Amino acid sequence: MSPALRLLAATAALTLAPLPALAGKTLDAIKSRGQLACGVSTGVIGFSAADSQGQWKGLDVDVCKAIAAAVLGDPNKVRWVPLSSQQRFTALQSGEVDILSRNTTWSLTRDAGQGLHFAGVTYYDGQGFLVAKKTKVSSAKQLKNAEVCVQSGTTTEKNLSDFARSQGIKIKPVVFDKFEASLKAFFSGRCQAYTTDASALAFIRAKEAPNPDDYLVLPELISKEPLGPAVRRGDDEWFAIVKWTVNALIEAEELGITQARVDSLKSSADPSVQRFLGVGEDLGKNLGLDRDWAGRAIKAVGNYGEIFNRNLGADSPLKLPRGLNAQWNKGGILYAQPLR
Amino acid sequence: MPGRRRSAWLAQALTLAAVLALAGLLAATTAGHLQERGIRSGFDFLLEPAGFALGESLLPFEPGDSTLRAFAAGLLNTLRVALPAAALALLIGIAAGFGRLADNPLLRGLATAFVTGVRNLPLLLHLLAWYFILTDLLPPGDAPLNPLPGVFLSKSGLALPWWGETGFEVPEPAGFGFEGGANLTPEYLALLIGLSIYSAAYIAETLRGAVQALPPGQRLSALALGMSARQTFLLVLLPQAWRAALPPVTSQLLNLLKNASLAVAIGYPDLVSVAGTSLNQTGRALECLSIVVAVYLALSLVAAAISHRLEARLFREQGQ
Ligand SMILES: N[C@@H](CCC(=O)N[C@@H](CS)C(=O)NCC(=O)O)C(=O)O
Repeated sequence: MSPALRLLAATAALTLAPLPALAGKTLDAIKSRGQLACGVSTGVIGFSAADSQGQWKGLDVDVCKAIAAAVLGDPNKVRWVPLSSQQRFTALQSGEVDILSRNTTWSLTRDAGQGLHFAGVTYYDGQGFLVAKKTKVSSAKQLKNAEVCVQSGTTTEKNLSDFARSQGIKIKPVVFDKFEASLKAFFSGRCQAYTTDASALAFIRAKEAPNPDDYLVLPELISKEPLGPAVRRGDDEWFAIVKWTVNALIEAEELGITQARVDSLKSSADPSVQRFLGVGEDLGKNLGLDRDWAGRAIKAVGNYGEIFNRNLGADSPLKLPRGLNAQWNKGGILYAQPLR
Repeated sequence: MPGRRRSAWLAQALTLAAVLALAGLLAATTAGHLQERGIRSGFDFLLEPAGFALGESLLPFEPGDSTLRAFAAGLLNTLRVALPAAALALLIGIAAGFGRLADNPLLRGLATAFVTGVRNLPLLLHLLAWYFILTDLLPPGDAPLNPLPGVFLSKSGLALPWWGETGFEVPEPAGFGFEGGANLTPEYLALLIGLSIYSAAYIAETLRGAVQALPPGQRLSALALGMSARQTFLLVLLPQAWRAALPPVTSQLLNLLKNASLAVAIGYPDLVSVAGTSLNQTGRALECLSIVVAVYLALSLVAAAISHRLEARLFREQGQ
């Protein structure tokens, strides 16, 4: 389906279809379907991208896998729905996906005005600029009169004009609806800069640039972009499941529960670890799940630290530092609500 | 027959009432659904500041201006590309239509290749191809081609001397790109070229068909009178063929207007692009889509009215 058609269909669903998923219905629907419908990007390596074998990889992908493992017992029971920046919210609102796990910034208008609930932050990001070294630009402040390629339907489109206004300079946005076209225009030299989340810039420079060394990510971050998964409003139980699975991934790192050790730790004497793994106390029943839900999530994808390293950090081609995304007791601001 | 007329009236009125009631019901259920799902709705956002900038705009536009003004700027941008593209499409279409009927095999072959080649590729591919040809091939803004004094061609577009705020201005290099005069961006140029060439191929075929439907005597007698092939086509055949060709050609030009909505694929800020951005900044999907639908409907109705007028005039002139 063409994007316009798809938007129209989703809108029609919003107009005509009876309300899906009120109170507890999402979980039932997922169970009877046997699959979690997970909205991802069309390809942002590190967050969500299909590899050469068609396997989806990335931090946002692992969040969906963890949830599938927790509720369906199998991380592979996921239907991946690639969505452009513009399509993503309509797809969630209309019920095409159960969860949007797609480098999406948590903001007031989205949370309170668009019928969504954000279930947590899985990556603290900020917006940056990528430039070709030959433009000799070394600071975003030098972008006076520059043309900047950007994708529509993003927070980054508006931040760009806020930044220009705050600096008292003119910046001309060149706005594309497709990620691919926006990148192609930038690398053809049409724009002096490309702007989006800094994490995505790292991927774009490393993986999309003809020669990464010819390009530079400018030092300034011009916004706060807390990225995290979102669900439709109106189903508190489902919201709780997603929220606490995200918390579980982060908490597991703090408790030292890793993918490799999750089974053997069942005999751990630490009460927090026991509770996490459902030994003795059963936290799962609060969520309408079984006692092993969190253990299964970790067994499927590992804890947050493992997910980060594999997709974005030291063990990935992007080599992003943990920075803000380190645990609160390790110099970052990642802080899971306690599982108890 | 007044009785029959009255019942016809009644039927019309009932249909209208039913349609309106249905629309009302639809609007009410939709509003209810949106509210239940915590989605804000309404058109109030149109008067709030847009908060985003437009890369190019005929109507001066700043991020602090209202979203309504952004829509107006988008509409003007649509017309700014669609109207000249329609004129170009007609010219190229007539030329290619003439070529298709030419006796000269080279000319005929070229015209046939043009028409088949163009018609066999989807428009989106045309646009992307033109766009990336332009942005790949042109030199960067700091080393522009300078074919004529004051004219610069680069990845930043075609900068031309033109009337601006300070009277007649000659563009001058300024940082990235140029200041003063007019600037036609690669997005604009690719859209203009792509749309006009695509529609021209269809117009050429329509004209060819209409001309071939004329009695052969028309052409033969014009040639016998010593007219050249071009004179025969432009002065004898085309004026007669117009009558049959006008409705399909108008619908081609209307298609062109609608096709201009692919602009955002190559970064041109037309009405649909502005609507898409507003939609995502405000979350008012139904509202933004319905504005686009209403505007396109209005444009189509205006175009249809104009073409009706033209047709009526043609028929009157030709004595019917
Ligand atoms: N975090 C920002 C930007 C997210 C975004 O959509 N970024 C673009 C550019 S990196 C993207 O992911 N495009 C991929 C696609 O459309 O599939 C937001 O939530 O608006």
